[in-house]
This record gives sequence, structure tokens and C-alpha cells, in this order.
Amino acid sequence: MKITRADVEHVAKLARLELTDEEAATFTGQMDAILAYVDKLNELDTAGIVPTAHAVPMENSFREDVATPSIGIDNALANAPSRVEGFFRVPKVIE
Amino acid sequence: MELHELTLHELHEKLKRKEVSSVEATNALLARIEATDQKVGAFITVTADEALAAAREADKRIAAGTMDVLTGIPVALKDIFLTKGVKTTCGSKILANFVPPYDATSWERLRERGAVLVGKLNQDEFAMGSSCESSAFGSTKNPWDLACIPGGSSGGSAAAIAARQATATLGTDTGGSIRQPASHCGCVGLKPTYGRVSRYGVIAYASSLDQVGPVTRDVRDAAIMLGAVAGHDPKDSTSVDRPVPDYTKALVPEVKGLKVGLPREYHIPGLDADVKKAMDAAIATYRQLGAEFVDISLSHTDYAVATYYLIATAEASSNLARYDGVRFGHRSPEEGGLLDMYSKSRAEGFGAEVKRRIMLGTYALSSGYYDAYYLKAQKVRTLIMHDFLKAFETVDVILTPVAPTPAFRIGEKVNDPLQMYLSDIFTIPVNLAGTCAVSVPAGLSQSGLPIGLQLIGRPFGEESIIKAAYAFEQATDWHKQKAKI
Repeated sequence: MKITRADVEHVAKLARLELTDEEAATFTGQMDAILAYVDKLNELDTAGIVPTAHAVPMENSFREDVATPSIGIDNALANAPSRVEGFFRVPKVIE
Repeated sequence: MELHELTLHELHEKLKRKEVSSVEATNALLARIEATDQKVGAFITVTADEALAAAREADKRIAAGTMDVLTGIPVALKDIFLTKGVKTTCGSKILANFVPPYDATSWERLRERGAVLVGKLNQDEFAMGSSCESSAFGSTKNPWDLACIPGGSSGGSAAAIAARQATATLGTDTGGSIRQPASHCGCVGLKPTYGRVSRYGVIAYASSLDQVGPVTRDVRDAAIMLGAVAGHDPKDSTSVDRPVPDYTKALVPEVKGLKVGLPREYHIPGLDADVKKAMDAAIATYRQLGAEFVDISLSHTDYAVATYYLIATAEASSNLARYDGVRFGHRSPEEGGLLDMYSKSRAEGFGAEVKRRIMLGTYALSSGYYDAYYLKAQKVRTLIMHDFLKAFETVDVILTPVAPTPAFRIGEKVNDPLQMYLSDIFTIPVNLAGTCAVSVPAGLSQSGLPIGLQLIGRPFGEESIIKAAYAFEQATDWHKQKAKI
């Protein structure tokens, strides 16, 4: 076993994803199979190989520090599930 | 010929000669959608009113003599492109009511040239899938055989072209999501080099792999669409600042002396007999046209799928963290604190495939596993990239199948994610290497399903694959075959 039910529950917590019992069971089996498959990468010796994060070599992309128009508060809030005045409204953060 | 049958360049000629108006063309496509989409299900949203308003504007522009090649052309976009004021779902319940406040750069570029948006197209949820079955809005059917998948994730983009519901479409390709559905639906699908087209306003799946490209009826249309959307965008720092050539200048059916690489690793056991036959016939066609074949090795091919499913899921788990029910998207109505709201909103809003990939990616990035999975995959990615760069020292393009089989049946692979992932074996390496490739119709299976060939070019070598694809297209008539719907 590459991964246990407890691992899956831990990862779900990290991912802020509530899983049903059934989902946790299914994902445990499927993730185990997929992780067993990706283990084949260990057949390759990658000592000294530089990792690729990005296929096209590029440097940081800078622009002049000049303010440009943005979408504005009303547009930014237009899709908010809940809002109050110019803010996004969320449940209480500190109990 | 009926208006919905015309290619982009044919319709442009008719608009230019004022034989037809954009309003007439747009109405023809909307009527075609009305007549066929109950069966195909390519569209999530049809924007009939907006389309006719845009078509009237386009007709004014045509009358004023200021038209562009895209002016008045009815197009449709995968529902991953943000379209200001038009609902954009990304195939997910979590964005079921999301109306973007701005346009994706690629759509803005088409819109400014006068293109007419007829609607938004179905896709796998968050572009995660190879079959369009993971969409929260139902599966799209393959117009060639309604019992089969259209491919994915840009399945709606390819199905709409095959069913003649839009003149041209855009899709996105992270592991084959333009090329594989194009192959399964008998269209041309081009995935440009990473950085060639802006990703601004394209809902992110795996940011180091995602790229925008056209799905069209022929190679000329793909060249026109690519030219319209390519180029640097200050809003996407990974878009590359280099000149955009006139890709239509590459439409010369001339491949004499072209060196075509055949990777020996692509002869896999699971290769369908009809696909192999189509590839052999394509090789014979190119030989007749004077191309030279060279056996090459892309020795790390067998590791590409594993590499992809670590890198793509890791990036996805990070990108999809933004769907938390705070600023947009679904928020769970259940009571609870902030953390409950996050995890319940995500649980209710995401489908199974998206959850699976978030879980895998979170695992691959989590403490204690980062080096073993994510970093390891990034190192193997380097090896895969070097395979391609080395091959391109001796060849101009690489010829492969797009997919190991023609379109499979709806439901066939839905319970076996790993089998589904393995069907992307020929397309995934191109994304990892960041280079460009095109899928071109190259045959029909015994049961009448389209088969595509893939031409892979060197980074920013779009002209060479367009040229090779055009030569093949002119020498064959596979692109003239059409779905009977």
C-alpha cells in the first residue's frame, strides 16, 4: 500500500475538501493505484538533473511601476456569494 | 453550399464579396445549433442575442470597408475562456453562475477583429479529462457516433466543429486537450508553443502546461486563428515577446526534403490496428511528396504520463485553492465557521475527477513527499524535454498518432482513471516539452470514426507544422469527410 485511508483524510484536510466516507474509500484505492504507477519514475537516475518548472526559459518579467485602471470594487464584488458594503462577507473567523 | 458548411476562409471570401452578411451567417449557425445540439450537447451557453448584435456591428464594419479576416465570423469558445458579461462555468458546478467582469486576452483579440461569439462550449470540468464526461453539465457526444465520447477536455470545441455549429473555435491544451478531441472528431487542432498565446483570462488548470489554440475545419483556418490570438500580452508574464509571423504564408504544400522523425517509442502494444494503418498510409503519402523519414528515439516517453500526473495535479491543487466560496463561485449554505465553509463549498462544488486531482496534487506537494514526487517529476520533465531538443537537431518535424485508439464509448473508461490517463500517451510529452503540435485528419476507422495524425514541431516552429499539415491535407481528402448529423 502506498497510501492509507488515514493519509487520504489528512490530505483532504490540507486541501480543504470535505470527503464523504464513500469518496475517501474510493480515493484511497484509486490514489494507491496511481501512486504505484508513478513510482516508475524511480527507475530513472536523476542525480544532477536540473528540475524544469517552466519549459520556456525566461527571466522575471518587469514593467514600469505605474498604476493602471483595474476592474473596480463593484465588478470585483459582482460574483460575491455574500457581500456587505464594499466587502466580501464570510462566517466568523475567530470563535 | 449551406452557410454552416463553410470554412472560416470560405465564409470570409463571401462576406468580403458581400454575397452574404454576417447576420445571415450567424443565423445559419444558430439554426444549426438549434437543430443539432439536443443530440450533440456541445454548448453550455448559446449567446444568440449577443451574437446577432455583434453580427450587425460586423456588417457595418464590412460595409465601411474596414473588415478583418475574422470580421463577421461566428465562433465559439471553450467555457474556460472568460467572456465579459457571459456566464463562464469551466464545466464546473462551482462556477455554475459565474459571470466574468473581463475578457480573456485571446477572446478580446478575436472580438476586436469583429468575430461573433455564438456560445460557450462544453468541456471536462476544469479541463481535467480526456472524454468530456467530467463536465457538470453532462457529456458531449461525438457527432460521428453519438454513443462515443468527442474526446477532451476541449470536447465541445471539436464536436461543434464536426457538427458544423460554429465556423471556428478555441480550446485549451494541457496534456492533449485540443489535439485529442480534434483527432476524435475529424478536425484540425493546434497546440502552440508554451508562451505563444496569452493565458490571461483562461481559467488555470496546470499553469506551466496550459496553452490556448484553435480547433478548426482545415489547416488554413487554424493558421488564421493562431495568427489572430498569438503574441505577447503584458497581462501574462509567461507570454513570449517575439514577433508573430503570418502563419498563412506557411500554407505551401511543399515538403520535399522535409526531415520527418518517427519515434520508435511510439510503437506501443495498445496501438489500435486502424490507427496504425492510418499512420502507415500517412507515411506513404509524405514519402510520395518527397519527405524523408528518420528513425528517432524519445527515450523517456514511457515516463511522460507519470510525470504529467504529478506536475499537472500539483499545479492544479494550487490553482484551485482559489475556489473557497469567498469571492466568487459556489458557497455552501450550511452553517459553520470559515474552515467549514471552505471545505463544504469545495465538496459541493467540485466533481469527482477534480477532487481526485486536487487530492493527488496536494499529496505530491505535501511535507515529506515533495522531493519524492513533485521534484522528481520536474527532473524527469527535463529529460523528456531534452529528448525532443536532441531529436530536433536532426529532424524538422516528428510524426506520431494523436491517440492510441479512435474515440471510445461513453462510460467505457469512467471508472478507471489510470486507463483514461494512459490514453494521452502521445500528446502529454509535447506539453511537458512546451513545444507545438497539430492534429490533422488522417483516416477513418472501420467503424467510421476519425483518426488524426500528430505533427510535432520545435519550440516556436508553428510554421513548419502548419506547412507539413497543409501539404498532407492538400494531398488527401480526409478533411472533406464529415459527420452525418
